Amino acid sequence: MPSDRDILVSVRNLSFSRGNRVIFDGVDMDFRRGKVTAIMGPSGTGKTTLLRLIGGQLRPTRGTAHVDGVNVHALSLSELYELRKRMGMLFQSGALLTDLDVYENVAFPLREHTRLPESMIRILVLMKLEAVGLRGARDLMPSELSGGMARRAALARAIVLDPMMVMYDEPFTGQDPISMGVLVKLIRELNDALGLTSIVVSHDVHETAAIADYIYLISNGKVVGQGVPDELMKSSSPWVRQFMEGQPDGPVHFHFPAADYGRDLLGNGA
Amino acid sequence: MRKTLENLGRVTLDTVKKLGRANLFLLHVLSGTLAILLRFRLLTAQMYSVGVLSILLIAVSGLFVGMVLGLQGFNVLSDFGAEESLGVMVAASLVRELGPVVTALLFAGRAGSALTAEIGLMKATEQLSGMEMMAVDPVKRVITPRFLAGVLSMPLLASLFSMVGVMGGFFVGVGLLGVDEGAFWTQMRSHLDFEDDIINGVIKSLVFGVVVTWIAVFEGHDAIPTSEGVSRATTRSVVYSAFAVLGWDFVLTALMFGED
Amino acid sequence: MQQSKTLEMWVGAFVALGVVALFFLAMKVSNLSDYQGDGGYLLKARFDNIGSLKVRAPVSMAGVRIGRVSAIGFDKQRFQAVVEMHIEPQFDSLPEDTSAKILTAGLLGEQYIALEAGGTDEVLKDGSEIELTQSSLVLEEVISKFLYSKAEGSEKKDDASDEKASDGK
Repeated sequence: MPSDRDILVSVRNLSFSRGNRVIFDGVDMDFRRGKVTAIMGPSGTGKTTLLRLIGGQLRPTRGTAHVDGVNVHALSLSELYELRKRMGMLFQSGALLTDLDVYENVAFPLREHTRLPESMIRILVLMKLEAVGLRGARDLMPSELSGGMARRAALARAIVLDPMMVMYDEPFTGQDPISMGVLVKLIRELNDALGLTSIVVSHDVHETAAIADYIYLISNGKVVGQGVPDELMKSSSPWVRQFMEGQPDGPVHFHFPAADYGRDLLGNGA
Repeated sequence: MRKTLENLGRVTLDTVKKLGRANLFLLHVLSGTLAILLRFRLLTAQMYSVGVLSILLIAVSGLFVGMVLGLQGFNVLSDFGAEESLGVMVAASLVRELGPVVTALLFAGRAGSALTAEIGLMKATEQLSGMEMMAVDPVKRVITPRFLAGVLSMPLLASLFSMVGVMGGFFVGVGLLGVDEGAFWTQMRSHLDFEDDIINGVIKSLVFGVVVTWIAVFEGHDAIPTSEGVSRATTRSVVYSAFAVLGWDFVLTALMFGED
Repeated sequence: MQQSKTLEMWVGAFVALGVVALFFLAMKVSNLSDYQGDGGYLLKARFDNIGSLKVRAPVSMAGVRIGRVSAIGFDKQRFQAVVEMHIEPQFDSLPEDTSAKILTAGLLGEQYIALEAGGTDEVLKDGSEIELTQSSLVLEEVISKFLYSKAEGSEKKDDASDEKASDGK
């Protein structure tokens, strides 16, 4: 499988269930080096779960996930930790450590994994903060940051060890247009400037389509559409159409499954 | 009827599973001990929030408990004309029982619940998950220093409680009620044995420290990551700690102070 | 990073406070300071009955505590209690004919050994045995002795008054 040098992450026949609920059912995806690949789909389809599967936090019931030629779930715990040092992850809430200020948060991976002297750490942290535009905010505590700023700080932290890839979990959700614009710019620019491979999980069609090189559309645990943004926009598949255009009803039903309306209103035995 | 049995079975299985998780968790926490002892700063930060910030509570409580012991003890002993033995009564009650036990209960309420809430909240805000993805073991990095801090702080706090309590008993007994100062101390010294009483008291507080801190960090780590889940976990941590402390107190007292 | 200096100071103070408390308890509250592991010497004494004498009970002379009971044993041949006492090193001039009595402190207190000096020039050395001993008083025996002597006394008085009465006749 890991023969194609172009592909950094590949997922094959991935299946995952939580209890009785099937979240993924045989999903195949390739993520090319140096590109921004997006995973989109309606809420609740387990897009975040996919990132956790790739990162090794969850085990699939079937199938494999390979990162840089290595089967993630065949690794020992220490090998997995080594791999994770080369992966950056941006959580939806940022997941900054609340008892450390911004500077210390960004410095955290350096302090934990390297023996670099303070002066070096300072330079690296300031560089990464500058890249996300938060160098002046380095003494603030996470509680003093707006949502967008918290995500930017978390982004700086995610790239501080110069990883080979970054995973973004719903980076645009709940952001005002300006913050969204900032994040969009950052994701694309960092990807190109640092030669990263980015995996963006999102359901914001416009923003994601603007920066993605390739998109996978997931619904009901399967890939229902994939392609470059332009292709997808012109696709004739009903799933893709409904999602890309934001139609309230279609393959994803408006009504949650329920009993007959008339009977429900008039009561039982009516 | 059938429902009750089903529920009972399920509760039992859940409890057994939980105990299993708790024990595996403890092993995981302990495995990080050496690393934390080498990173002293993490440990001292926790000893501050867990130990130092409990000092006021423990000292004030100890003082009042000691003073009450002085008052009550005097009442009881004067019926036997044995007021001179007030010192023994106050010191023995404190060092053997009240010091370790009351300190443990107060500690569970103050520091234990704070630990549970803090860790539960870190879980709910994905900080623990984030650390995992940054290739840092959250248990060893976050939980182990807190656990060690709790275990080390307990005997210190219990000794503080006993010391302040004895002084409180002294103020009340000798200062207010007129017990002879010399008799107060010398009777105490001849009846309290260092090994049997003081050391056993320290052992008790160490055991309580392990139990209370273990329950507190485990409940936090095991909590359902919602606000309701964290609040329930905090309550559970205090309640289970209380049961555990009192239960272990009985066992330890029977072992240590039973007739030989 | 600067806050850690104050923090460390507080934690250090906390630990110091805890150790001080422990020390206080050890020294002022318990009998640790009386605990001499080294120095001193051992004496033996046999008793027919040691009552409720316990190990670590005080051994005193003229009311001054000079040592502690270190071991209590049993002589299977002579069916007597063998008490071993540890005497502080500075009290090394006890005459060989010193006697040992088991007394009770106060009315209901614990029992201890009281030594009374004899008059000989030779001194007791490490391992010597105190020959003159008096067992502890068993309350029941004292009471029955008292009652018996009371009964005897009143009998004698009856006889005497009988005689007087008969004399007076």
